[in-house]
Amino acid sequence: METTLDPTERLKQKFGESSFVSQPAKDGITTLWLALNKVKDVLLYLKTEIERPYILLFDLSAIDERSRKKDLDYPSDNFTLLYHLFSFERNSFIRLKIALRGEFPTVPSITKLWANANWYEREVFDMFGIRFEGHPHLRRILMPETWQGNPLRKEHPARATEMGPFRLFDEKQDREQAALQFRPEDWGLATHSEDSDFMFLNIGPQHPGTHGVLRIVLQLDGEDIVDAVPDIGFHHRGAEKMAERQSWHTYIPYTDRVDYLGGVNNNLAYLLAVEKLAGIEIPERANVIRVMMCELFRIASHLVWYGTFAQDIGQLSPVFYMFTDREKIFDIVEAICGGRMHPNWFRIGGVAQDLPKGWDVVVKNFIDYFPKRLREYDAMVMKNSIFKARTVGIGIFTKEEAIEWGVTGPGLRACGFDWDFRKKQPYSGYDKFDFDIPIAHNGDCYDRAVVRVEEMRQSLRIIEQCWKYMPEGEYKADHPLTTPPVKKHTMQDIETLITHFLGVSWGPVIPAGEAMSCVEATKGANSYYAVSDGNTSPYRVRVRTPSFPHMQMLPYISKGYTVADMLSILGAMDYVLADIDR
Amino acid sequence: MSPLLIVICVLGGLLLIAPGLIWVERRLLAVWQDRYGPNRAGPLGLLVVLADTLKLFFKEDWIPPFADRKVFVLAPAIVVITVLMSFVIVPFSPGIIVVDLNIGVLFFLAMSSMGAYSIILGGWASNNKYSLLGAMRGAAQMISYEVFMGLSLMGVVLITGSFSLHDIVEAQRNMWFIIPQFLGFIIFLIAGIAETHRLPFDIPEAESELIAGFHSEYSGMKFGMFFVGEYIGIMLISCMVTCLFLGGWLGPAFLPPIVWFALKMFAFIGLFILLRASLPRPRYDQLMEFGWKILLPLSILNLVVTAGIILWNES
Repeated sequence: METTLDPTERLKQKFGESSFVSQPAKDGITTLWLALNKVKDVLLYLKTEIERPYILLFDLSAIDERSRKKDLDYPSDNFTLLYHLFSFERNSFIRLKIALRGEFPTVPSITKLWANANWYEREVFDMFGIRFEGHPHLRRILMPETWQGNPLRKEHPARATEMGPFRLFDEKQDREQAALQFRPEDWGLATHSEDSDFMFLNIGPQHPGTHGVLRIVLQLDGEDIVDAVPDIGFHHRGAEKMAERQSWHTYIPYTDRVDYLGGVNNNLAYLLAVEKLAGIEIPERANVIRVMMCELFRIASHLVWYGTFAQDIGQLSPVFYMFTDREKIFDIVEAICGGRMHPNWFRIGGVAQDLPKGWDVVVKNFIDYFPKRLREYDAMVMKNSIFKARTVGIGIFTKEEAIEWGVTGPGLRACGFDWDFRKKQPYSGYDKFDFDIPIAHNGDCYDRAVVRVEEMRQSLRIIEQCWKYMPEGEYKADHPLTTPPVKKHTMQDIETLITHFLGVSWGPVIPAGEAMSCVEATKGANSYYAVSDGNTSPYRVRVRTPSFPHMQMLPYISKGYTVADMLSILGAMDYVLADIDR
Repeated sequence: MSPLLIVICVLGGLLLIAPGLIWVERRLLAVWQDRYGPNRAGPLGLLVVLADTLKLFFKEDWIPPFADRKVFVLAPAIVVITVLMSFVIVPFSPGIIVVDLNIGVLFFLAMSSMGAYSIILGGWASNNKYSLLGAMRGAAQMISYEVFMGLSLMGVVLITGSFSLHDIVEAQRNMWFIIPQFLGFIIFLIAGIAETHRLPFDIPEAESELIAGFHSEYSGMKFGMFFVGEYIGIMLISCMVTCLFLGGWLGPAFLPPIVWFALKMFAFIGLFILLRASLPRPRYDQLMEFGWKILLPLSILNLVVTAGIILWNES
C-alpha cells in the first residue's frame, strides 16, 4: 500500500492533495507551502508519525516579502514563516513555508512540539514582530527590551545614518537602566521555596568565566543551581540585516565574524549556498585548498576551546601552550591568506589567490610538529585526575535530548551518535578524504572534550592528505558570476569591458531562487539560507549557527549542579558569543 | 643579638621578601608557561615590584558605598597581622628567633585560625554576592583544613615531646622528621596550601567562577594587604614545613645555618608556584570530601601509629 517514502507524497496522502504547493529550490531540498491552520498537525506528523521522521527542528525563521521583486508564482507577499526540519534516518532536510497575511501576523507556537523552538520563535518575534500564540515566554531575545521596531523588517533602517543622530538623554538613560533591572517574576522564577530564600547571581555580562559578553542569571539555593536564565544579544550586530545591503561578494568578510574562531568555515557555509544559487562548479584544486584551510581553522578553534576549558577548570598553564600552537597555525594562515583570524579569503567560485610558493613546507612542518604536542596535552589535561573529577558525569544529556534541543557537532557526537555532515552530506569534496568520526558515549563534559581532542587528530589527517595530494589546476572557477570577475576575456571589446566593470563595481547578479548550505563547522552544523530575487545583493540571508541552540540548552543541563559545575558545562559547550547573537 | 634588632630584622625581611615573591612567582610562572613575564623595568624586571607597590599605594582608597565600612577596613589588616604574629615563633637559625615560646606550635595554629576571620569578614562586609560565596567557601575550607593541619603535626610533637619549634629543630640532628613522619609531612603540606588558599585550593577566589571571590570589592592598598598577606602566608607555611620536617637550619657546616634555612624555605615556595602552574582546581565539595574522608583518617592513623611506636619503645 503505502510504499512511497517521498515526504511530499506522504503528506498529500495524509492531509489532502490541495494542502500543499511544491516549490522548486536550487539546493534540491523538498520545499512545501502549506496553510497556517495545518502547520501544527503537519509538523507533528513529520516529527512523530511519518516513517523515518524529521526529528530535528534545524531552523525556524521568517522572511519579510514586502519589497521583493513581484513574481506572480510566488505565493507570499507579506511575511513567510520558514521551518527547516532534518531527518537523520533519511539524511535529508525538508523546508516548510507558510504565507502570512497582515502587518503583524500571529501564528501558533510549536514550543510544545520542540523544546528548541522557544528561542527561535522569540527571535522571529524580536526580528519581525510576528507573534506566537501559546509561547510560554514571548519577549525580545537579541534586541534590548526598549528597542523600537523589528530590525529584520524591511522598513527598519539598516544604517545609523538612516536613524538620525544618537542622543542619550538622562530620562532615556534611566529608562534603559530600569529595563536592565532583573525581576525574577518576569522570568517565572520564584524568589523562595518552602524552606529557603533563593539568591540570584548575575554571571556576566562582564565575567572572566563567560568568555564574552554573555549574561546568565542564576537562581541559587546555596551554591546549587535551581534555574538559569541566559541573557543573550550583547554581541548582536545584525549580520543577517547587513547581508541585505551588501553585494553578494562584499558580504563574505562579515561571515568571518560570525563564529570568529572558525574563520574560513563561515566563508564556506555562505559561499556554498551562493554557489548553489549561481550554479557554479568549483575546480578540484580550489576545493582541496578550501578543505585544508577549514581543517586548519578547526584545529585553531579547538585549541582555543582546549586552553580556555582547562582554564575554566582552574588550570593556568595549558592555555599558554595551546595559544602558542594556534599562533603556529596563524603563521600558516598568514602565509597563505595574509589575514589571521578573519582571513576573508574564499571567493564566489573558489579562493582569492593560488597557494604561495613554499606553502607545502610550512604545512608539513606543522603536521610533523603537532601530534607530539597533542600527546603532551593529553597527559597534562585529559589524564589529570582533578580535571576528570570536574568534568566526568557533569552536564549529561542523551542523544534524544540533544536532538530535541537541536544540538549538533561534537556535543551530539559525545552522546554516541556519529553524525558529521562532512561524512553524511559531503561538500567541497570531503568524500575523497580518509578520516574517522570520533565519538564518545556518556554525553558528559569530559566526553565532549574527548571528541574534540580526537577531532584535532582527524583534522590533521585531512590536512596531511591535502598536503600530499594537492591537485594542479585552477584556484577559481571559470564562470561569469565568480568574484572577482574573470579578467582574461575583458580587453576584447566594449561589451566584455562593461560586463567586467559591472561585475567589479556592482558585483554579480545572482539568479533568483533560494538555496541552503549546511557545513560541519567547528562547533556544529552551520548553515546559510540565501534568497535571491535576482539582484546584486541578497534579498534575505538566514544564518543558522550551532551555538544558538547549544546555549538555549544551558538551563536544562545545568539544573541541580553547582556554580563551579556550570563553568565546566559552559567550557565544554564551546560557544562563541558572536555565533549565538550574530 | 638584642631582641629589638631581631624583631626589626624579621619584620623588615618579611616585608621586603613578600613583594619580591610577586616578582619570583611571575617570572617562574612565565618560565613554566613558555613566556617572558615581567622583564622590562630594571635588571631582570626586578623593579616591577617597586612599580606594583607604588601603583597600589597611589590608587584611590575606595570603599564601596554599600559595604560595612569598619569591618571592610579591618579585614585586610587581620590577615597581615595574624601571619606576621606567627613569625614570632619561627627559629630562623640558632639565636635568631623573636620569642622561643614553649607553646610555639599551638601559637602558630591559633594565629592561622584567626586568619580565617579576614576572609569571612572581608567577604561579608563587601556586601557582594560573589564575595559572600567566596567567604563561605573560604571559611569552610580553612576551618576544616585546620583540623588536619593540627593533627598532622602532632606526630612531630609526640616524637620531640615539646611544642617549641627550637626544640623540634634540635631534635632532628640525627634524622629529619620527613622520614619517620612522611605521611604527616604530606598532610601538613596539603593543609598548608589550603590554609593559604593557593591553587589548586584557591576556591575562595576561584577566578573563573567568582571573579576574585572574597576580595572582589577590594582595591588599592587594602587589596595589597590581602596580596602581601597571601605571600607572607606562603613563606610562613614554607618556614613551618622547613622547621617541622626538614630540620630547620640544620645542614652541612659549609654554609651558615640561616642560608640552609632560606634554601629550604625557597624550595618550598618554588613548589607552591609550580603547583599553581600545573594543577586545576577541584570543586568545593570535592575538596571537603578529600579533607574529611581521606586526610582526616590518615592524619589520625598517623598520630595513633606514631604514639603506638613511641609507647612500644618506652616499654
